Amino acid sequence: MGSYITKEIYAWGKYPKETCHVYRPEQPEEVKSILGSREQEHWIAYGLGRSYGDAPLNRGHGVIQTERLNHMLEFDADTGLLTCEAGVSLDEIIEVFLPRGYFLPVTPGTKYVTVGGAIANDIHGKNHHVDGCFSEFVHSFTLLTASGDVIRCSREENRDLFYATVGGIGLTGVILTATIQLIRVETAYMNVTYEKARNLDEALELFIQNDRNYKYSVAWIDCLAKGDSLGRSVLMRGNHAQKADLPHMIKDPLSFKQKQKWAVPFDFPSFTLNSYSVKAFNQVYYSSYQNSTKLVDMTSFFHPLDSIRDWNRLYGGNGFVQYQAVFPEDQRPEEGLRTLLTRLSDARVSSFLAVLKSSGPANEGLLSFPMKGYTLALDIPIKGPALFRFLRELDEIVLAHGGRVYLAKDSTLEPEVFQRMYPRWRDMVNLKKDIDPHGVFSSSMSRRLGLT
Amino acid sequence: MGAILVLGATSDIAKATIHKLAAKGRDLVLAGRRMDEMEKMKRDLEIRYQVTIWIEPFDALDFDWHETFFTRCVEKAGKLDGLLLMYGTMADQKEAEQDFSVAKQMIDVNYSSAVSILNLAADYFEKRKAGFICGVSSVAGDKGRKSNYIYGSTKSALTTYLEGLRNRLHASNVHVMTIKPGIIDTKMTYGVVEPTPLMAPPETAANDIVKGLDRKKETVYTPWFWLFIMLIIKHLPEKWFKRTDL
Repeated sequence: MGSYITKEIYAWGKYPKETCHVYRPEQPEEVKSILGSREQEHWIAYGLGRSYGDAPLNRGHGVIQTERLNHMLEFDADTGLLTCEAGVSLDEIIEVFLPRGYFLPVTPGTKYVTVGGAIANDIHGKNHHVDGCFSEFVHSFTLLTASGDVIRCSREENRDLFYATVGGIGLTGVILTATIQLIRVETAYMNVTYEKARNLDEALELFIQNDRNYKYSVAWIDCLAKGDSLGRSVLMRGNHAQKADLPHMIKDPLSFKQKQKWAVPFDFPSFTLNSYSVKAFNQVYYSSYQNSTKLVDMTSFFHPLDSIRDWNRLYGGNGFVQYQAVFPEDQRPEEGLRTLLTRLSDARVSSFLAVLKSSGPANEGLLSFPMKGYTLALDIPIKGPALFRFLRELDEIVLAHGGRVYLAKDSTLEPEVFQRMYPRWRDMVNLKKDIDPHGVFSSSMSRRLGLT
Repeated sequence: MGAILVLGATSDIAKATIHKLAAKGRDLVLAGRRMDEMEKMKRDLEIRYQVTIWIEPFDALDFDWHETFFTRCVEKAGKLDGLLLMYGTMADQKEAEQDFSVAKQMIDVNYSSAVSILNLAADYFEKRKAGFICGVSSVAGDKGRKSNYIYGSTKSALTTYLEGLRNRLHASNVHVMTIKPGIIDTKMTYGVVEPTPLMAPPETAANDIVKGLDRKKETVYTPWFWLFIMLIIKHLPEKWFKRTDL
């Protein structure tokens, strides 16, 4: 057994970078024999590396890359149920099924994530306020556990394990296959309404007024704007376009073109993105929008950044962190957001990708992130150790408003803070004692957070 | 349209090529030893590309079975438009030097069996006056090196066979193509061959193969730069080359 490569790997934020022993099985049975080899003490699965921090990393231990476990096993055209191996990417699902009138029930901002990763991070998309997380559409999955058994999990069967695995950052085992529900769509286009909000109050007002009318809803937010303009935003909200909405010149309503791929050829110097360049960008970006409704193709609406290959290089070789926090509805989220935004714009922390969104109710996933309220996500390039102290300040603001930080994006949270943010962490630790007493599944993140 | 027969369908280069062909709407007969893996490939390909896939057990070393095997493939698919020979084996050079049975196994899999099955295929396509035969050889067949010459010699025999076959079948409008991959990132090389910038993913080889079929190329090096690497190596005077440690 045991062909592996020892190399430095990282996820999308390029921070941290860690040396791990990387295995690349091609069949589910191989995963079993790799674990059985006991060549490494700890293991964690790694999909396409689109989480941001250390969730899929395992410094000095085993990493199981799942990208070649990507067979589609069954599809029922009547029900839209797809069974596939966990390494199938959302990109592959769109390519195969959108031309036939099916679409992903939930998609994050990139389609280059695996089904296994989507479950393990319980990802959400622009429709969270209406439809919830990816797991809502997962009927069942099979999980290879530390004992070597393959266990089928659903809401009916092994329910505890199902909700520990959903959002469980890979700590319960390796997801081998999953059955997920696709949704029907008539076209590959969206009707999108753009509305500008001059500040945070206006933005939240718009969300409160009519978010229910839109299946998909998100806002770009300017984190450098101050004073009366603090939190100025452009809301982008839409629904799937019907056939009748399309102009006649579109012959095939379901055909979608892969966008021209631009590539960022190298790591930009880290000074490229500074408060001046981002301020200029934000000004141009904000001014470029008018209140309007447009027909937009799905790629542009859901995955605009996927058309720029390796865009993470814009942040330079030191990498960046993405900070995503949710502020629950019942604990004055507008105050929390205002405090956070003020702190950000005072510190002139440049983030040209900042997103504000309303989120729906939490689910039963032990470590699942969303809760009813608002979530704010922003990218911050790493320019020095001061950033990490600054992030701890942000954590305190989030905690003070009963919120929490998304583990899929995290690389720096401290264990005590994590425990306060995710009160069900103890259930996870207890479950691990039962199903994985020797900590076969453990990652750099889980050790950092004190979960294993 | 007839189907394309792929021998050694579970190799990584074969898998990538099969996806590209199925994406173009081609029906395929997959042949190899691992039936359960091919069964899964069939399900995957039929869902993704809505084409018809047949699977058929094939053991390169079971020479007596080859004729029945080939007839069964033709019967299943109705008609074959082409054949891709994509299996091969590489044993450790030292072992093959010490133990003739190891060398013989490599010769039989890479060369003898190819002659056996391609003789049958050649007759079939010759009679139909159409179709293609594509064989995966190797850059290792271009030059004997002490680290790998037994494997290399089986591949250069295959290259020469395909060359002659191309010459024979040209008059019958049958396209014969030789593929010479360099270092490809497959399960055979993962964790065994040191990762190098020269290493290419199987998709690169698959792209080159499908493009080569479309353009009716004779010999395709994949990735392309191996043509130049081998050109230089082949032209080094033997007097010097024999002193090298490649």
